[in-house]
Formats: sequence, structure tokens, C-alpha cells
Amino acid sequence: MDNSLYQRRRLRNRFHLTMSVLTAAFGLCWLVFILAMLLIKGLGGLNLAVFTQMTPPPGSDGGLLNAIVGSLILTFLGVAIGTPLAILAGTYMAEYGRYSKLTNVVRFINDILLSAPSIVIGLFVYGIMVRPMGYFSGLAGSVALAILVVPVVVRTTEDMLLLVPNQMREAAAALGAPRWTVIRYVSYRAAKTGIITGILLAIARISGETAPLLFTALNNQFWSTNILAPMPSLPVVIFQFALSPYEDWQRLAWTGALLITVAVLTLSILARVLVSKKES
Amino acid sequence: MANFAVNAAADSLSNAKPKMDIKDVSFFYNDNKALKNITLPLYEQRVTALIGPSGCGKSTLLRILNRIYELYPGQRAEGVITLDGENILDPKLDANLLRSKVGMVFQKPTPFPMTIYDNIAFGVRLYMKPSRGEMDEIVESSLTRTALWNEVKDRLHTSALGLSGGQQQRLCIARTVAIKPEVVLFDEPTSALDPISTAKIEELIDELKRDFTIVIVTHNMQQAARVADQTAFMYLGDLIEAGPTTSMFSNPKDNRTLDYITGRFG
Repeated sequence: MDNSLYQRRRLRNRFHLTMSVLTAAFGLCWLVFILAMLLIKGLGGLNLAVFTQMTPPPGSDGGLLNAIVGSLILTFLGVAIGTPLAILAGTYMAEYGRYSKLTNVVRFINDILLSAPSIVIGLFVYGIMVRPMGYFSGLAGSVALAILVVPVVVRTTEDMLLLVPNQMREAAAALGAPRWTVIRYVSYRAAKTGIITGILLAIARISGETAPLLFTALNNQFWSTNILAPMPSLPVVIFQFALSPYEDWQRLAWTGALLITVAVLTLSILARVLVSKKES
Repeated sequence: MANFAVNAAADSLSNAKPKMDIKDVSFFYNDNKALKNITLPLYEQRVTALIGPSGCGKSTLLRILNRIYELYPGQRAEGVITLDGENILDPKLDANLLRSKVGMVFQKPTPFPMTIYDNIAFGVRLYMKPSRGEMDEIVESSLTRTALWNEVKDRLHTSALGLSGGQQQRLCIARTVAIKPEVVLFDEPTSALDPISTAKIEELIDELKRDFTIVIVTHNMQQAARVADQTAFMYLGDLIEAGPTTSMFSNPKDNRTLDYITGRFG
């Protein structure tokens, strides 16, 4: 054996191993940094008032209740509008139209939508809803969020349905079950956890979105559950408060950021757990 | 001559009457002709085995009998197959209606991701609206028929995915017979199972033929010899010969059949 060749290879291996570990650590470092910063700055402002009081004018006490509720409503409506459409589209692509050309076209467009900047979506909804209606509204915000939900859920639904073995469909069809019955009772059941995971990831994605809400739901200093009026949301409140010169507003912005991060983290972990449970 | 333990109880075909008749049937995957002018009767209360090397078209032939191939584009059958005199390849005949009369059991056990009970109820509900009590009876009788009742009666409402492979396959058979078909197709039903499960399935097929016309695709010639009354040997998309299992294995007419059953190829 050529010893020098072996030594060189070993050195090269060490070099690449070190580089990969360092770059991985570099990436993780920032994540830890961000989380630590959020915890330090956000935890201080975390108290009961955050969940019970409205966003305050500068200089007085207050909380984030209206923004939290607004975010929940916007996110819920966005998912409620986007998910059924997306699941049906994904179903078409994986089941009915698996071999059709239209499916390829839809998949291509969906991929573009998936990477479209969210501010463009916000402007689009501003153009088709806010301008014609004449006012900003929670509904317009939900539609903008729904447009962000659709491509994520279409993608995961199609992927998860494609993973269902064809034999399972054949077995159901061999009993004389029509196509929709096969999809409803066999394909959906088999792909259930995967599809739910997709929805959770979509929620995680939209719950931090600010740009599409700025032109649509706008903001609201007061308690409002009217979806035809401007509606507050955590990301927009954070955006506004963080840029303000008032220290108490800035503190609330940090707390809001911590809340969103924890919520998104929880959703991601939940999605992970679901997937790993399915695999075991 | 190969020595096969031919099913001693096999009924002769002479007094059997055809249930299905395959007449001059060809099959195409796009432009590729996979089956060439097959003609074969399938007898009532008899088991017909389709044997032959991989790729000879035996599974393809089976998949025409319930038109399951129609799930995929580019697949097409020509010719006539009658079931009680009616041409099942007639596009006007509803494929799902046909499948209620011609059931199918697949190579890999395919329990649905639901409870054992619901696996059987799923098919039954497609055709009738039984009361809770009637459904319980149907589930029990189908599971008893496939010798599964005693093994699963205490866990009917647990997932069918928790059963062993052999149990899953018997559940699939129970699910198929629960909707009372007239013909049952088996596509290599034991190739994924251990010998004991295989023996159970073979016993079951012997049992089921009292009520059904049975067609089984198998790679295992001993299995064909054990369960089939009629055996058909296929090769490269042709039906080489078919006849009573006893004479097929003791006195094949074609040299290719002789070569295959003596293990010279395949």
C-alpha cells in the first residue's frame, strides 16, 4: 500500500470533516443567538397584561391582546380559505390527473407561487380587494395569507398522496369502489398525517408574515373582530412598535416576537412528531 | 417426469360448466401487444391456475377479468370475455358493477388503514345499507369463513395494520367474499407469505371454490398442482396449453410446458 497516498486521503477527509462541522456550527450559532436574544429581551416584558390588555398608546400600560386575537383570526381564516382549495388541487394532481399534462402545468405554476415574495401577494390582494372595496379589512388579510397557504399545502398533499401505494387504490377499486370513495376512505386516510403536517407547516409559515398584511388588514389599535374592518396582527404590531422611538412599545415588540417564535417552534415540533410517529 | 402431488380431490372438468369465457382476447400496453389471442374457459366451482415464467402475461390476463387495468392510461384489451353470457369488455358495462361480481386478492396483503371491522364494512357499504346488527353478522361470517374470526374477534376495532402478513391476506380475502362476488381472482396470493400462512390460504381456496369460480396466478407449480382443477400455461403472451391439472402435469402436450414444469426454465 502506498502510505503517502493514504495519508493524503486521510488529511483531506479531516479537512472536509472540520469544514462541515464548522459551517454547521456557524449556522446553528446564529439560531441560538436569535433565540437567546428573544428570550432575554422578550421574557422581561412577558406578564399577564400582555394577554389581557389592548395595545397601548405610547407612555401608558398595555398588552397585545387585540393583536394576538387578530393574528389568530387572520391565520384561522387564511387556513380555512386556502386549505380546502389546496387539498382539492393536490388531490387532482395525485389522483385524477396523475397522468395528465395539466398536472405538470399546475405543478410548475404552484412552484412559482411557492417562491413568490409575500409582499407581491400583499400588493395583489390590495389591488383586487382593498382598492375596489375602498377600505382595509381582515378579510383581505386572510385572502393574502390564504394565497400563501395554497402552494405549501398543494405540494405536501400531492407528495403525500403519491406515497400511498397504488396497490391500496387497486384493492379498493377491486371491491367496486368508485374513484372518489377510494380517495376519501383509503388515500386520504393513508396520507392523513402527511397532509396535516403540511397544513401545520403552512400555518407556521403565515403566522409570521408581515408584508402581505401591511396592505390588506393594515392594523388596529383597538379590539376588533370585525373581518370587514382593519384588523391588528402580531407581526404588523411588532413592525410598528419595534420601529417606534418609545421604549415601552419596543419592549412589547420583543415580547410579541417571542410569542410568535414560540408558536411557530411549537407547530414545527408538532409537525415533526407527527411525521416521526407515522414512520415508526 | 416431474413428480407432483396433484390434488387428489380435484374435480374433473368434464361435468363443470363455464362461468366466464375468455374468447380471442389480446391486450396492449400502448402499442406493445402483451397478450396474443387468448381463449380459455373458467369453470364454475373450479379453480383455474395460470402458470408461466415472469412476464408471460398471466397477471395481465387476470387484471383484464375485472378490468382493473382501466385505472391506468394506455392499457387496452380486445376480444370478448363473457360472464354468464354477458360481455364484460363492453365499455357500456359499468366497471364497478363488474368488480362487485369479480373480486380480487393481490400479491401483497393490502389492508386499508382502518380497523379490521371497517376493512370488511367498507366494501359491504358500497352495495347495501345493513343495520348495525346485520353488519356485525356479515363481518363475523366473513371472518369465520376465512378462519380468522377466532384470532381477531377480540380486536375487531383495532387497526388492521397490526395483523401479521398471513392474517392480513386472509382479511383481504374476507373483505372480498363479504360482498358476495361470483368469481374471485388471486394474483400470487401467497408469494409474500411464509409456508404455514401459505398452507392456510391454499386450504381456504379449496374451501371457497364450493361457492365461487376461482382463478389464481402462481409462480409456484406445486401450488398449482395442489389447488387447481384446471391449469393454463402461458409463455411470452401466448396461452400454450390448458387442461385438467392432472393431465397438464403428468402428460403435457407441448414441449415448452414440459420444459417449464420440469424446471428447465422459468
